[in-house]
Amino acid sequence: MSRRPLIREVPPATWFLRHPRYMRYMAREVTSLFIGAYCVLLVVAMQRLSAGPAAWQGFLEALRSPGSIAFHILAMAAAFYHAGTWFNATQKAMPLQIGEEFVKGSYISGAHYLVWAVLSVAVLFLAGVF
Amino acid sequence: MTPLKERLVQLDVLRYNPDTDTEAHFQRYEVICHEEWVVLDALNKIKESIDPTLNYRWSCHMAVCGSCGMMINGEPKLSCHSFLRDYEGVIRVEPLTHFPVERDLVTAPDDFMEKLKRVKPYVIGKKKPIEEGEHKQTPAQLMKFRQYSMCINCMLCYAACPEYGLTPHFVGPAALTLAHRYNLDSRDEGRKERMEVVATAEGVWECTFVGACSEVCPAHVDPASALQQLKIVGSIDWIVEHLLPGGKP
Amino acid sequence: MAKSNKPVVWFPFAAGGTVIAFCMPVIVVLGFLAAVGRVPPGLSYEQLHAFASGGLGKLVLFGVIALSLWSSAHRLRCTCYDFGLRADTLIATLLYVAAIVGSIATAVFLLRI
Repeated sequence: MSRRPLIREVPPATWFLRHPRYMRYMAREVTSLFIGAYCVLLVVAMQRLSAGPAAWQGFLEALRSPGSIAFHILAMAAAFYHAGTWFNATQKAMPLQIGEEFVKGSYISGAHYLVWAVLSVAVLFLAGVF
Repeated sequence: MTPLKERLVQLDVLRYNPDTDTEAHFQRYEVICHEEWVVLDALNKIKESIDPTLNYRWSCHMAVCGSCGMMINGEPKLSCHSFLRDYEGVIRVEPLTHFPVERDLVTAPDDFMEKLKRVKPYVIGKKKPIEEGEHKQTPAQLMKFRQYSMCINCMLCYAACPEYGLTPHFVGPAALTLAHRYNLDSRDEGRKERMEVVATAEGVWECTFVGACSEVCPAHVDPASALQQLKIVGSIDWIVEHLLPGGKP
Repeated sequence: MAKSNKPVVWFPFAAGGTVIAFCMPVIVVLGFLAAVGRVPPGLSYEQLHAFASGGLGKLVLFGVIALSLWSSAHRLRCTCYDFGLRADTLIATLLYVAAIVGSIATAVFLLRI
């Protein structure tokens, strides 16, 4: 008897439809599209800021279109999803062993969430939101 | 003693005969099973009483040997560890994805075996005369790698890893995790040799941290964490080798 | 097979991913407030210009934008591959060049402030 193994190809563009965990992974990866686009907006913002008060005022007014609001909502969802997945991953990438035992993973991720919350509130406060 | 509850279980099993088939097809089996049984028990009963031509691998029936891995309803599982009570309706049983199918549920593990060998998954010892005694290890040093030493080579992580499916030259989760396990061992001195495999383009850098390997691992090894740590180790190595004076080996 | 030079792109990706996780949500929230017409005082020309005039402000703005750009570019490259686009060298070149151009532009704009 000779070997004649059956090779099953992985569909290169649709493989992630096979399982919800792959969909979650792709959702995480696709956040980069919105965050990347938002970074481009930030570069434009720096240009407008450097061009003087009138240019900056025009930029702020341009932000107030329905399309811009929709884009901000998508970018916000992407940024929060990225943050959650990233902080959850920290315990995998940076385990902490004290003596014999490892510190519980949830403590490592939890510490990141805590710093994130404090930093975000501080930025909002400094920006005069409240 | 109450009698064991019985149940009619329907299974769609992927069949492939290399001598006659050009592609695989599903075959429906209906078999009376005990409620407490696992999928492997159902397969054994089919082979015993319905179809002796059905092929699959198994050995220990206690999630230790790692030979009965298969896709059960699309999920890589040890069939000896998949309880019938957790499934409703027809149970779909297929050979592990990403591996060539030898016959029915039997896959060819050759690629994994070759990769396993490549990462040198054994202690490359310190040169120490035998009369000086054994290499001692503290409990803390043991704990550092213990989790990663629990791998049973069942290949479920390879079946779960989409990057392995898309780029088959990827060394893959279990082999890289074992490389990390020996790198972390205080008795070992083989890190440099292993990184020559781990830090190549086919090694850890193919990983995009999907995390599926850790989700399916029946031994709770968490390969995804090992690979993330290897990326950090590999990056620090690169900086030392390229950016620090006298770092180039 | 030789060791890969992937750390060159991966290390800034990891640093950028951390920066995005910590900073991007609050930045987008500030932008969103401006978009719905409730411009936070911090985004007024006077306050933001004053912040960007200082060395520390310049460094923070440049660091956040440049690292986030790089991280997004790298992840987008992997995402293209996962969507079945196999022209990896071309995609990688385009995205990394875009990230570098964006970072240089940011530096130039900031230095003008």
